[in-house]
Parts: sequence; C-alpha cells; structure tokens
Amino acid sequence: MSGTGQDKAAKTGRWMIWLPLVLFAAFVALVMIGLFRPAPREVASTLIDKPMPEFDLPPGLPGRPGLASADLKGGEPHLVNIFASWCLPCRVEAPQLERLAAMGVPVEGISVRDRTADLQQFLATYGDPFERIGADDDGQVQLALGSSGVPETYVIDGKGVIRYQHIGEIRAEDIPMILEKLEEARR
Amino acid sequence: MIAEFGLAALWLAAALAAFQLIAGSLALTERGEGLAGAVRPVAVVQGLLTAIAFVALILVFARTDLSVKLVAMNSHSMKPLIFKIAGAWGNHEGSMLLWVTVMSLAGGFVALVERRLPERTMLATLAGQAFVSLGFYAFLLISSNPFERLDPVPAEGNGLNPLLQDLGLAFHPPTLYLGYVGLSVAFSFAIGALITREVGPAFARAMRPWVLAAWIFLTLGITAGSYWAYYELGWGGWWFWDPVENASLMPWLAATALLHSASVLAARNALRAWTVMLGVVAFSMSMIGTFLVRSGILTSVHAFAVDPERGSFILVLLAIYIGGALTLFGLRAATVTEGERFAPVSREGALVINNVALCAILGIVLFGTLYPLVTEAFDTKVSVGPPYFNPMGAVFFVPMLLVLMVGPLLRWRRDSLARVRPAIIAAGLAILAAVIAVLLVGGVGVLPFIGLVLAVGLAVASVMPLRGRNLRRTPLAVWGMVLAHLGIAVALFGMASESAFSVERLVALREGESATVGPWTVRLDAVEPVAGPNWTALEARMTARYKDGGGSMLLPQARSFWAPPQQTTESALKTRWNGQLYTVLGGESPGQTGPGRWQVRLWWKPFVTLIWYGGLLIGLGGVLALIGRTASDIRRVIARDKIAYRRERQNR
Repeated sequence: MSGTGQDKAAKTGRWMIWLPLVLFAAFVALVMIGLFRPAPREVASTLIDKPMPEFDLPPGLPGRPGLASADLKGGEPHLVNIFASWCLPCRVEAPQLERLAAMGVPVEGISVRDRTADLQQFLATYGDPFERIGADDDGQVQLALGSSGVPETYVIDGKGVIRYQHIGEIRAEDIPMILEKLEEARR
Repeated sequence: MIAEFGLAALWLAAALAAFQLIAGSLALTERGEGLAGAVRPVAVVQGLLTAIAFVALILVFARTDLSVKLVAMNSHSMKPLIFKIAGAWGNHEGSMLLWVTVMSLAGGFVALVERRLPERTMLATLAGQAFVSLGFYAFLLISSNPFERLDPVPAEGNGLNPLLQDLGLAFHPPTLYLGYVGLSVAFSFAIGALITREVGPAFARAMRPWVLAAWIFLTLGITAGSYWAYYELGWGGWWFWDPVENASLMPWLAATALLHSASVLAARNALRAWTVMLGVVAFSMSMIGTFLVRSGILTSVHAFAVDPERGSFILVLLAIYIGGALTLFGLRAATVTEGERFAPVSREGALVINNVALCAILGIVLFGTLYPLVTEAFDTKVSVGPPYFNPMGAVFFVPMLLVLMVGPLLRWRRDSLARVRPAIIAAGLAILAAVIAVLLVGGVGVLPFIGLVLAVGLAVASVMPLRGRNLRRTPLAVWGMVLAHLGIAVALFGMASESAFSVERLVALREGESATVGPWTVRLDAVEPVAGPNWTALEARMTARYKDGGGSMLLPQARSFWAPPQQTTESALKTRWNGQLYTVLGGESPGQTGPGRWQVRLWWKPFVTLIWYGGLLIGLGGVLALIGRTASDIRRVIARDKIAYRRERQNR
C-alpha cells in the first residue's frame, strides 16, 4: 500500500491501486456478518422470566430470618429489594417500601456489603418493611442476579421466577406500576 | 413550533444539496455551463439552513420542550442549563444533526472563500460535498429525525447519562466533529481532483489548510477526550484503546499522514496518487469510526444508537461513498501516479517513511478494533487491549520517531546525512544522557524506557530546524512544525513517565487516619453527604501534603444520580508542576476491618499532565502553520489578481 517510489508502484502492477477497495469490501462483508447476527446485548431484559438464582443467605440481623431462594417459591409473589445502609437512594425509597409493605405486599431484603450495627441504625431511622433480610456480604448474590447497583427491586412470582426488574429507587409515582406488576405475577 | 421550523430548514437544506449535486455535475458538461454560477451560493445557503436547524434543536433542549421526543428521552427539567444545551448533541439524533450541520457549513465555507483551485475542480468538489451530505440528510430525515414530536407529552424527561453530565461533554464532541467532518472537505477535494484529473501542487496547496483545520480540531478533541476520560471515569487511566477512542485516533493518523504527504505534493509534485488516496481514506476513517461506534456493533459506552436498522443504513452510505470513491480512485489513479523522483535520503524520503509508519499504525489500530468482530463471527468473544496495541504500535512508532529527529532538517530531492551531523550528535547525546538517567532511577519497563529516552532525544531534535535561522524571520509554518514535533516529544514523555513511575494505593481509612502514596501524605478528615441539583453524593474531605509542604484540600465524591439512576465517581486532583495526585472515594469498606472505614484509592502520577500539554502544543503548532500558510496563500491570490488586473488594463 506504500507509495514509495512511483516507478516501483507502476511496475508492481495496477492491482495495488485496487487494494484499498478490496480491503474495504472485506470490511463491509465482516460488518454485515456482525450486524445481522442477533447479539445478546440487553442486560436487564435477560433476567425477565428466568428463575431466581439459587442462594441461601444468612440473616442480616440477629434473631431475624435470613433469605433463601426457596423462600420465594411459596406460591405468593414477592418483592425482593437489594439495598444497603450506605446507599443514599435507598433512604429515598424507604417510605415507598413501607407503603407497599403496609398494603400487604411481602417485601424481602438483600443487604449488600453491610454491617449489623449500620443496618440496625438504618432500619431504625428509615423504617423496616422487610419480612426477611439476607446478608450478601461479599456481593455474590448481587452479581449472580446481574444487578448493576443498589437499590434494585425485583418482582418474583409464586414459582420463584423474575417477572420485573426495577433499577434505581422506587419513587412514589412508581407504586401503581409496581402493584400492577405484582398483580400480573399473581396470574 | 420551533421544532417544525427546524425540520423545515433541514428538508430545505436537503433539497438544496440535491440541487447542488445536479447543478455542479451538469456545470462540468458543455451544455450545463450556465449552472456554474449557482453552485457556490447554493452551498452557502445550504450551510446556513442546517445551522438554523441546529439552533432550533438547541432551543427546544434549552426550554426542555418535552413534546419533542428527543428532549423527553434525553433531558430533564431539573438539569443545569449548560447540560441541557449540551444534551442536544449528547444523543444519537442530535449528534447526527451536528454532523450534517458541520458538513454543510464546511461546504458552504469552502464555496465562499476557496479561490486557489481551477473552477471546474471546484464545481466537482462542491458536487461531491453535496453528494456526501445528501446521504446523511437522508439518514437524518428518514431514520433519525431529531424533531419528532411525542403524544401525549410526558410530565418529565428521562435525564441524561450522568457520565456525560460534565463540562467536558459540552465541548469535546463538537470539537471532534469539526475534525471528523472537516475531513469531508479533503474527501470532496480528492473526488473533485480525480474527476477533473487535476492532481498537482495547486490541489495540494488548496486542500492543505482544510485538512490542517480539521486536524487541529481532531487533535484538541482527542486531547480533551482523553483528559475527560481520565478524571471522569475515575480509573486513573488516560487511554483505554476503547473502540470509540480508536475511532477518533484512526482519522487523526490518516489526517496526519495526509498533511505530510500533501506538503510533498505541494512542494515537489510527487506522491500524487498516494495523497489523493489518503484524502479519501481520512474521511472514510471518520465515517467507519462513527459507524463502528454508533451501530452498536462493537459495544462501547458511546453507543447511543444500538439499532440494526440504523446500522444498516449507515453501512449502505459507507458502501456507496467509500466504495464509490475508491473505485473512482482505482479508475483514475493510473493516470496520475507519475510524479517527480527523489533520493532515499531527502525530505521526501523521510516523509514517505512517516507516511508508511502512520498508515501501518492506522492498520494496526483498525485491525485491533475489528478483531473482536472477526472472532465473534466464529463465536468466540475476545477483547483486544494494551498488550496488543502498545508493542505493535511501537514497532512502527519508534522508527518513525527516529526519522522524525532528522527528517525536518533534510533538503528536498537529495541530501546526505553528513550535512545534518551536528543535529544527529545533539540528539544522540540527549538520548545517551536520558538512558543513563533512567538506568540510575531503575525499575522501568521496556516500552516506557524507550518512550522516555526517545522523548528526550526528540525534544532536542525537534527544535533543531530553528538552529541558524533568524528567529524573527522564520516563517510561521516552520514554527508550527517545530512546536507540533516538540508537542509529540512532550506528550510521549508524559505517557512514558505515567506508565513507568505511577504509584497506586488502595487503602481503607477511618476519619482522621492518613496514608502515603509516593511523596504525598493524605489524611481523610471527614466523609459527608452532599446534594446537587439532580444527584446526591458522599464527599470525602482530605488534606494532602507533598513531602513537608502545606496541606491542600481535596474533595472526591461518590455520586448517585437519580434520573436515570447511576453511580459515578468524581475524582479530585491536585496538580503540581511535576505530576498529579489523583484521589477517588470508593464505598464504605466492607468486611471485618471494623466500622467507619472508607475505601480510598490514591495515585501519584509523575508528569502525567505533560500528555495533555503535549496535545495542546501539537494543536498550537497546527494553528501557527494554518495562520502562516493561509496568510501566504492570501498574499499569493492578491498578487495574482493584481497581475491579472494589470494585464487586462494593458490589453485595453
């Protein structure tokens, strides 16, 4: 492809002139293959309609039950909330979780990389809507779920299958939508 | 209303582009010569119309008009105004409109001022520019309409990717786009010259300032982008060989090669076909890079439009333009390959080595960027990183730097190395001193070692062309070259020093505790929550002391945005003349270390800032060269007009 010495280029033949076009054609062919192959790039939606990964977390607070994936297969839909005492948006969403719990929605918690004392203080300050809290101290369950951060909330149906993933905090206006998702999960 | 107005301006501009293409092509034939006068004004009006459309888009974003779909998807009423405006191009549709705007403004500007080329070549060039614009108008209007309305109007917008909510975003993409799309002018010039077979020094002189201008923007855009990634992503790195970075580097490499080969063509009428081909390749690289990034075919943070339909649309455009231009090149190049001859040791010879090396690096980067795609076709996912790019690039970069040390001193046509011996000796001594110094420090890897040593040698060699000159009468273009080459040395020193001498520490600190990193002592004073307009954050207050010096305060943050929800780190930097302290606050430390510990990441990066100062120097060199060249071209045009005027009077 080099232009060193015009006379040389003239001798080595005219095909050199077409080389860029040939390379470009190869590029187009390659890209066509890549473009028309269905590629699994969606992160969030792959979780939908998949069963919850198997896990059995120790209790986050002494004297309270921990959380295992088996707990979520009792026939009732559950909300599973991933949270942490060090996470600021979790404080924002706490009242909404309380309201949902007051409406009779079973809310389960997975606390990520947290400590008992902080957790107790967090729940004392911002309210405690949780039936069970599993302590995910090394973040393994969070990883297995493919969750990208805290807070994140999942709607799980009675068979332990993920029906909806909510990234970020639940705000007041999200509550009707969450209730609807729970209703769908009941069916 | 504003949105409809913008859309109307866009349609009108597209219609004018179609007219410009037809009129420009017909004007090249005998019967259509009467149309020639219309082409330039149409190009100018077309440019203005797209500018109006772009201003309209900025207005709807500034007012957060949520009835426009694009605003609702990408903005939020609570955002600070500057980020609302920047949001106009921080998304797929808006950035494509920016692309089209820059392209037609550049075409209009060329039509307005360019007088150096034969008029026929000019007409072909403007027709070519219209032809390329037309495809992007079609893309914009058919599959990425930025002014689409939304019904019903939502109560609130979706927000903007928080990573992009930074002042860097306000200026980095427009700068890069001026560079990418500015190269379209070189592309059109190449097409025009191929059509009329007027490839010669006049063509090179006319094209060079446009390439230079685009190249300056590319240089500054890449420099700014690198700094932005450095402080915003919070990973302490400044270049990641991410597809999007490569997409900006490839046109830069091609444009750099083009600048150098154009100067051979302008001065010596050699490398004709090669220069034309680079003109085509440079803008092709802009388009390919944009396509790779935007089609979502390579996953990247910048992939706004992960959409196969749009991807195939751009691919068709690429096939038409690049394929068409390369076919035209193949058909016509045979008639333009002949040029002046030169000896291997000569200015031309050195520039040919520069060109070959730059193109080889371009090939390496392109291959590395596409390689994951190749393996994916065979169902294996790989990612290609620094272990490939750095050594492979160095194979060509190192010889190029060695040639760069003497190349600018050589004469055109034929020269001997003996004549430039003093310069070679000076650079050699500098290199020797650097080798000894680095060996004394010790513990430096191979590539950083080569980088440090060559940077010192090149810094000395780059100012050699000024030796023996009267500095006041030295042309600006020479100053520009010297500064740009010095900038390469400065940036290289920064890169090598960063990779050789950086110290990194990850510590878990309680409030009141200290940690040391390199010559710094950093104390964590407190961690407190703070709130911004659309985010909340934990902010660490740290006091950093350099050796026994006074303390300075650093405030790194871990931010949580809520629209859309995402966490970002805001690093805090303390810059000294000899490097930068880089601090990042992680989360509260997990595990059994007891309560109240915070993860803090500290880096001491000696001379890291030279990377970006070098980039600025390179850009500044380009600016000086551009001013110098334009001034002398204007003088030449004025002189030519005077002569023509006198002749006319004498004939009368």
